[in-house]
Amino acid sequence: MTQMESLWRHGIKTGFIGAVTVVLLALIGMVEAFSQRDIIAGVISMGHALLLVIAIFMGYIAAKRTALSGIGSTLINSVVSGVIIAGSLVLLILLGSWVNLRSIFMNASPALYSLLTFGIEFKNGWTFLLLAGALCGLVAGLLYQSFPTFRRILITSLSSVIIAGVLQDMLRPTLSAWGPISVISDWLFSSNGLSLSGAITLCLVIAVILFIWFQKRDILRTRFSRLPSSGQRTLRMAGYVLLVGIFLVLPQVLGLFLSEVLTIVGLYVLLGLGLNIVVGYAGLLDLGYVAFFAIGAYVTAILTSPELGFFSLTFWQALPFAVILGLLSGVILGVPVLKMRGDYLAIATLGFGEIIRILVLSDFLRPWLGGAQGIGRIPKASIGGYEFATPQQIYYLILAGCAFVIFISLRLKDSRLGRAWKAMREDEDVAQAMGINLVATKLLAFATGAGFSALSGAIFASKLSSVYPHSFNVMISINILCLIIVGGMGSIPGVIVGAVALVGLPELLREFAEYRLLVYGAALVAMMLLRPEGLWPEVLHLRELQDAQSSSADSETPAPSGARI
Amino acid sequence: MLERLRERITPTDIVMWMIGGSLLVMIIWGSAATLLAGLYTPRHWLDFVIFGLAQGSVYALIAMGYTMVYGVLRMINFAHSEVFMSGPYTAYYVAAAFYRSGLLESHPVLCLLAIFMVSMFISSMIAFLLEKIAYRPLRNAPRLIPLITAIGASFFLQYVFRGLYGSGFQAYPVVKMLEGHWTFIGIRILRFQAVVIVAAALLLAALYSFIQMTRVGKAIRAVSEDKEAAYLMGIDVDKMISTTFIIGGMAAGAAGAFYGIMFKQVHFFMGFIPGIKAFTAAVLGGIGNIPGAMLGGIFLGLIESVGPSLFLDGLGIVAPYQLKDAIAFTMLVLVLIFRPTGILGERLAVKKA
Amino acid sequence: MAILSAEKMTKRFGGLLAIQELDIAIIENSIHSIIGPNGAGKTTFFNCVTGFYRPEEGRINFNSHNLVGLTPDRVVRLGIARTYQNIRLFPNLTALENILVGLHSHLKAGFFGIVVGLPSTRHEETEASKEAVRLLNFVRLEGKEDLLAKNLPYGDQRRLEIARALAARPKLLLLDEPTAGMNPRETQEMMDFIQHLRDALGITILLIEHQMRVVMGISETVTVLDYGKKIAEGTPDEIKSNPTVIEAYLGRGSAAEAR
Repeated sequence: MTQMESLWRHGIKTGFIGAVTVVLLALIGMVEAFSQRDIIAGVISMGHALLLVIAIFMGYIAAKRTALSGIGSTLINSVVSGVIIAGSLVLLILLGSWVNLRSIFMNASPALYSLLTFGIEFKNGWTFLLLAGALCGLVAGLLYQSFPTFRRILITSLSSVIIAGVLQDMLRPTLSAWGPISVISDWLFSSNGLSLSGAITLCLVIAVILFIWFQKRDILRTRFSRLPSSGQRTLRMAGYVLLVGIFLVLPQVLGLFLSEVLTIVGLYVLLGLGLNIVVGYAGLLDLGYVAFFAIGAYVTAILTSPELGFFSLTFWQALPFAVILGLLSGVILGVPVLKMRGDYLAIATLGFGEIIRILVLSDFLRPWLGGAQGIGRIPKASIGGYEFATPQQIYYLILAGCAFVIFISLRLKDSRLGRAWKAMREDEDVAQAMGINLVATKLLAFATGAGFSALSGAIFASKLSSVYPHSFNVMISINILCLIIVGGMGSIPGVIVGAVALVGLPELLREFAEYRLLVYGAALVAMMLLRPEGLWPEVLHLRELQDAQSSSADSETPAPSGARI
Repeated sequence: MLERLRERITPTDIVMWMIGGSLLVMIIWGSAATLLAGLYTPRHWLDFVIFGLAQGSVYALIAMGYTMVYGVLRMINFAHSEVFMSGPYTAYYVAAAFYRSGLLESHPVLCLLAIFMVSMFISSMIAFLLEKIAYRPLRNAPRLIPLITAIGASFFLQYVFRGLYGSGFQAYPVVKMLEGHWTFIGIRILRFQAVVIVAAALLLAALYSFIQMTRVGKAIRAVSEDKEAAYLMGIDVDKMISTTFIIGGMAAGAAGAFYGIMFKQVHFFMGFIPGIKAFTAAVLGGIGNIPGAMLGGIFLGLIESVGPSLFLDGLGIVAPYQLKDAIAFTMLVLVLIFRPTGILGERLAVKKA
Repeated sequence: MAILSAEKMTKRFGGLLAIQELDIAIIENSIHSIIGPNGAGKTTFFNCVTGFYRPEEGRINFNSHNLVGLTPDRVVRLGIARTYQNIRLFPNLTALENILVGLHSHLKAGFFGIVVGLPSTRHEETEASKEAVRLLNFVRLEGKEDLLAKNLPYGDQRRLEIARALAARPKLLLLDEPTAGMNPRETQEMMDFIQHLRDALGITILLIEHQMRVVMGISETVTVLDYGKKIAEGTPDEIKSNPTVIEAYLGRGSAAEAR
């Protein structure tokens, strides 16, 4: 390998990865689908933004990898990677014009090719494409070389424009529901995407705010730490009160659709907190967790729905039965799996979840459980005439449920029981040798988690007014498991953050429904590779992880967090 | 003596035996009732068994991948079901091309072989890349991390293939040669089922002897016993792990092609259910244990096919076939209650504890 | 008076006789060592006492309780705590939490009390924390309460493990190779510490050891196991000159030479 080639190595490598990414994105139709929407009306569509962001990002990575070899080679590498990415698209278009790719790849249409060349005819388009790639690389390289503060301000303000563009369908109706603000939103957004002037203003405003924040940040921080401890406490308390206040008025501000999303996130928080006890605290990998959700929902349905006609309790009368039956089933399903460990436990519980779903779905139990048609006409919950019917109202029911469950989780966390669970998670044998009764402790974990889940199920049933077996498949269990791990195992705020990230965000991006799970999957993988401790790990662990990282700063691999034998 | 017995048995044991016992009683009672009522002729049973064997061989082949990967990495490769899907879905386009050009009519054997090869190749490549990109950086991470990565990769692959090939069902072309049935010693057997059973048996035998007898096979086994020791013995552990994924991917690709022949359609979500079943089969046989996975697969296939009619019809349960998955999972739980490490036991149980 | 005694205790693994008709008696408030070559059954004996294994035959008596058939959590409640040859702390728990887990069997808080926050539960919890800090100070780990166990240096981990065992307020402490992997200075410190434990807390100590210097230095009685059988027992001096022991350790020929 010549000097020159080895110099370009990183650029070529990252460029190649980027090339595979963009070609894949083009072929699966993401670029085309995203081009329906403009981020800035008439200037740039989401599809093009996606390609540009990837090109710049990969260029940035290439620059970062060659940071040690001087400005010149950094720039060369990032430009090379940009050119390679653009080149791959040129190749794709060339190939597409020779062979009919469309007989296999359904998205490889002429429309895609004209999109990729920004609508310019191919003869001139390909040079333009290559130039654009090179330009992206150059921008990335320069960005890398610029001052960190400037870089951060620029990246944040640009990404907030992109976010505003992506979330336009959410933001516009929400903002315009508010008299005075609607003027701003009308000016900010055009019918498709941000208006050009709006985008520039938004970008500038964010940049200025950030600039001031970076200037004043340290001053504020020192001022806070100089306060007497009682003052700090009052400030913190005020913060909490503010937070509670925000949670209370949230649905009124956000409108119907976003409140609906909030209720879904809330239900997942409830479920996640329950599984967090089973998996996060006690380390019992339960993949059949949805079974208890189903039990809670079905018990509520059977006890309240006039459709079956067995009982006609109110929601509040049925709720204790739902939770208690959930707890009991947690114990009953827990007993057979007591002696199983790790993956055997996972598959056995997964089996339980499926058995329950299949039984509910079957014609055999139809007279009692409604079969595939489910059970309908479940009454809404109400307190003294106030009915929890609309998403905005149900939100408060779920908020109360979350508060209750968070309170219990917090109490348990640093108690004798919480420690016993954590000890069991770390080393079952030694935990037993320290006087922990494994049977009781495990069953208690299963029961507590199941109880939370059943509570969530009961609220779910009353929210939908009906239950169907299809709502309780194994994907729910898997989703919940993912959210607690993405949030940070064993961490209560982590569950909330995880639910927002894995349930809330995809709900918001419903219009890209086709690609929701694709992005979800890719994000899970990326998350586990880059930040395995979760978005909001337990505070202690975060500190320890950072310690470990700084002590092994020279080694490339991140500190193995709790690698066990 | 009695005192000793009392000491030994805990309440949880009693509950477990009660659960197991009542399930067993139900099974025996149901079977007896079905058989006595004479609802099915021997021909029916034979058809059930043959279908079960065909289905079971597909499970067994997929389960191989799960169990081998579990052996070397101690992780559930959740994305293996997508490895299984990717092969036959891609091979569909080859099959369709053969069909259009008329080759499938004139040279069916060659075409089938080609379809097979493509399916196996694509699946093994996906498995190889999966390990290299998603799992390799996580070798020393806590156990749950690779599991979540695998789940993420599974979603990703499903929807990449959906995006590439579309979200509809694609119908595999019919191979004339495999239609109809053959008759052996008075037993009528559907041709495609016979082909699947025989080919799968050959493949399983080949795979097993590869693992048992070749140098590479021995190295893979060494890695699954003890990575560090294997490394010290001069075995390239990374390479062996890659090889394991490739072999597992090939088995899954072959299973996928069989699946295509049997059910005549492919879909981006087709891997999910067989994947879970095959994983169940691997656990049933004792995960990490290769003969166990084969046995578990066949057992599960048979139970699913024979079970609903045998166990439930006699009990007067409506539409028993709806409950076949419930039976499969109940069997799993039953086996695990009495043998917590699977039918053949986990080879590496001691090491893990 | 013997605090722990085994009578004709036998433990098999399949066809392998790990321990064969072992008779042993540990005198209260003594330091008693068990030595023997690898695979002699020393750790197996520990596992039988603490309830991880169930011996096929014989009895193990602890203060007039028969331990055979008890689960490990019940054994520890009777007053036997142990450490492990390869340190087995709870790696992702802090030092303080490790000790608090050791205190588990002496705390009473139940689900209801914890969730409601009963005054008795809160009181118990603060008392427990105080005791845990006291124990940490006792093993010279002051100020390291909030460090994760896995991030402590090796010697600290050993001492933390002992402190965790002490938290169970044992009458009998089983130490499995407490000086493994230590340099001479650390070993000496550990020896002093073990003696101090016995003198200050008045507990009985049974230890498995490989380093002869440790065994001979601190134990009052030494039992030698070989292939699951007791081949000798006595004071360190008696053991040092016992020909069977030398034979077992060094082989037949060398025993003759030594004579």
